[in-house]
Amino acid sequence: MLQLGVAEPMRECEYSQISTRSSTPMETPYKKRTPKKRKWQAFPGRNKFYCNGRIMMARQTGVFYLTLVLILITSGLFFTFDCPFLSVQLTPAIPVIGGVLFVFVLGTLFRTSFSDPGVLPRATPDEAADLERQIDVANGSSSGYRPPPRTKEVVINGQTVKLKYCFTCKIFRPPRASHCSLCDNCVERFDHHCPWVGNCVGKRNYRFFYMFILSLSFLTIFIFAFVITHVILRSHRQGFLNTLKDTPASVLEVVVCFFSVWSIVGLSGFHTYLISSNQTTNEDIKGSWSSKRGKDNYNPYSHGNIFTNCCAALCGPLPPSLIDRRGFVQSDTPQPTPPTNGITMYGSTQSQSHMCVQDQCIQSTKFVLQAAATPLMQSEPVILTDEASLPGRTSLGGPCSGALPLGGQPTPPTSTPNLSCDNGMLPTRNDHSEAHHHMDGVHHHFLTPEEAPSPPGMLPCGSPLGHSHTIQGFYNPASQDSLHEDSVRGLVKLSSV
Amino acid sequence: MFHNLQELRQSPSLATKVFIQRDYSEGTVCRFQIKFPSELGSRIERTLFEDTVKTLNTYYAEAEKVGGQSYMEGCLACATAYFIFLCMETRYEKVLKKISGYIQEQNEKIYAPRGLLLTDPVERGMRVIEVSVFEDRGSSGSSPSSNVSSGISQR
Repeated sequence: MLQLGVAEPMRECEYSQISTRSSTPMETPYKKRTPKKRKWQAFPGRNKFYCNGRIMMARQTGVFYLTLVLILITSGLFFTFDCPFLSVQLTPAIPVIGGVLFVFVLGTLFRTSFSDPGVLPRATPDEAADLERQIDVANGSSSGYRPPPRTKEVVINGQTVKLKYCFTCKIFRPPRASHCSLCDNCVERFDHHCPWVGNCVGKRNYRFFYMFILSLSFLTIFIFAFVITHVILRSHRQGFLNTLKDTPASVLEVVVCFFSVWSIVGLSGFHTYLISSNQTTNEDIKGSWSSKRGKDNYNPYSHGNIFTNCCAALCGPLPPSLIDRRGFVQSDTPQPTPPTNGITMYGSTQSQSHMCVQDQCIQSTKFVLQAAATPLMQSEPVILTDEASLPGRTSLGGPCSGALPLGGQPTPPTSTPNLSCDNGMLPTRNDHSEAHHHMDGVHHHFLTPEEAPSPPGMLPCGSPLGHSHTIQGFYNPASQDSLHEDSVRGLVKLSSV
Repeated sequence: MFHNLQELRQSPSLATKVFIQRDYSEGTVCRFQIKFPSELGSRIERTLFEDTVKTLNTYYAEAEKVGGQSYMEGCLACATAYFIFLCMETRYEKVLKKISGYIQEQNEKIYAPRGLLLTDPVERGMRVIEVSVFEDRGSSGSSPSSNVSSGISQR
C-alpha cells in the first residue's frame, strides 16, 4: 500500500494509512504519528488551523500580521519614547491606562482572529439525500443539468424571509447565515469577512470584533492625544525642531494614528449603529430591512429598542463551536452512499469496503478520462452531470466514504464537485460580490494610507487556477485512500494543463 | 456501552433515517419542528416523541436566554478581555451537556426499546434531530439492549 506523506500547504496534515481491505481498521503498519485523525485535519472549508486545531483562521492571513505589526510597533514606540516623559511630567496613570487598553486590544484581536466565527458544518450524506428527496418531491422530476435555485420561505415575526439552499454545504442556510466564498464555509449570522483580522466575522466572534474595534479606537485616540501632548510640552522647552530630533518616533506614531483614527472610529460608529438596530453588515449593504424595499419591510430580529439590541449582541450567551475541531474522526461508523433514486443503501462495513476499492478504480479512471476530455470543467458542465446521473454512484467520494466512514463528520461535497462549484459559487457570489466590493470600499480609506497589500480576491470558479484550487479543496479532505488520491492528482494535473 | 453502540450501528438492520428540521418561525433561536414525521408513525407514540422534542426546545431556549445570568457572564468576560473563557465553561456549554444526558436517557428508556436512536443535534450542526430507524427484528423488537447509549462522539 502506498504511503502518503502529503504536506498540504493549508493544513500540514499527514495521511495515515487506513486499510480498506481488512475488516479491522486498526491494521495500519505504516502510520507515523497518532493513529486517529482529528476533525480539523479533514475539515472541508478553506481554513488554516494551528496548535492542533485550537486556532482557526482564514487562508490568507497576511493582512492580519500587518494589523498586528502596526499595533505592536505603534504601541511599543509609545511606551518606549513617550510614556517616560509623560509619566514624569503629567501622571503615571498614562502608561497604566495605555497598558490596559493595549492588552484589551490584543486580547480581543486574538479572540476574533482565532475563534470559530460560527461555521456551520456541512450536511452528512444522509441529510443531503433526505433534502434532495424532499426537493424532488416538491419539484416533480428533476429539470435538467443546472437545478433551479432552491429556496424555502419562512415567516419570522410577521416578516417573510427566504432561506437559500447552499450547494456547497448541501443545507438550507438558517436565516442570517451566509456562505463565505473566501473561507468556503456557511457562517451563522454572517457579518463580513475581515482581512484585517484574518477571519470571518459571524455569530460567535462578532462581539469580540466589536470590542476590538472599539478598544482600538480608544487606544488610537489615546496614543494620538498623548503623543501630541508630549510633542507640545517638549516644544515649549526646546523648540519644535529639536523635539522632532529627540523623538522621531513620535512623528511616525502621529501619522499612523491620524490615518487610523478616521477609519477605525468610523468603523466603530458604523458597527454601533448595526448593533443597535440588530443588523449585520451583509443585511445593511443589501438593504434587506430597509424601508425602501417596501412599506411593510422591517427587521424581524430587532428586539425593539436600542438597549436590548446592544445587550443581546454583546452580553447574550455565546454558543459553542459546532465543528468540533479537536475531536477525532470516527472511522467505525458506516456512511451510506448518497442515493440518486431515493433508496438508501446500507450494508456492513466490510462489503462496502470491498466494493469500494473495485468501484473506485473504475470510477477514478472514468473521471480522469472525463477530465482529459474536458479542459475547462466550467465550460462544459453537461459531461459532469452525466457522470453524476449514473445510477448508484453519484460521487467519487461516495464509495470512499462508504469504506472510510466519518461518523458525525460531514463528508465534503465530492459528488459533482464542479456542478456544486458552479452552483455554489455563482449564485452566492452574486450575494457576496456586492458585500465584498462594498467592504473593500469601506476598508478602502484605510487601505490607501497604510499601504495594505491588495485585498484577497475571491477565487472565481472560471479561472483554471481557481478551479484547480477548488478541486483540491474539494478532493483533498475527502479521501484518504491512495488510489483515489492518485487519480485526483492525475485529474488536477490534467485540468491545469 | 461503546460495544453495544457499535453493534447497533454496524448491524445491517438500519432501515432509514428521519430528520426533524429546525423551526425558524421565531427567528434564529434554536427550535425544532414539533411536527410528527409519518415514517415514525408505527414505531412510537406521537405524544412521547412530541414531548421529547418539546423538552429539547425548552432546554435550547434556556441556553439561549438573554437574561440576568447571561448579562453577568457577558460583562465579566468583557472585563477580563475574554480571557476568562479560557478557564470557564459557558452557560450554553453546560446546558448542552444537560441535553446530551437527556438524549441518552431518552434513548435508553424510550427509543432503543422501539428500535430507534436519537442523535444529539449538536453533532449535526444544530440543524436536525436525526432519528435512526432500525428494522423491526420481529418479536418484542428489543434487539438493541437497554444499555444502548446515544451516539455521542468523542469531544
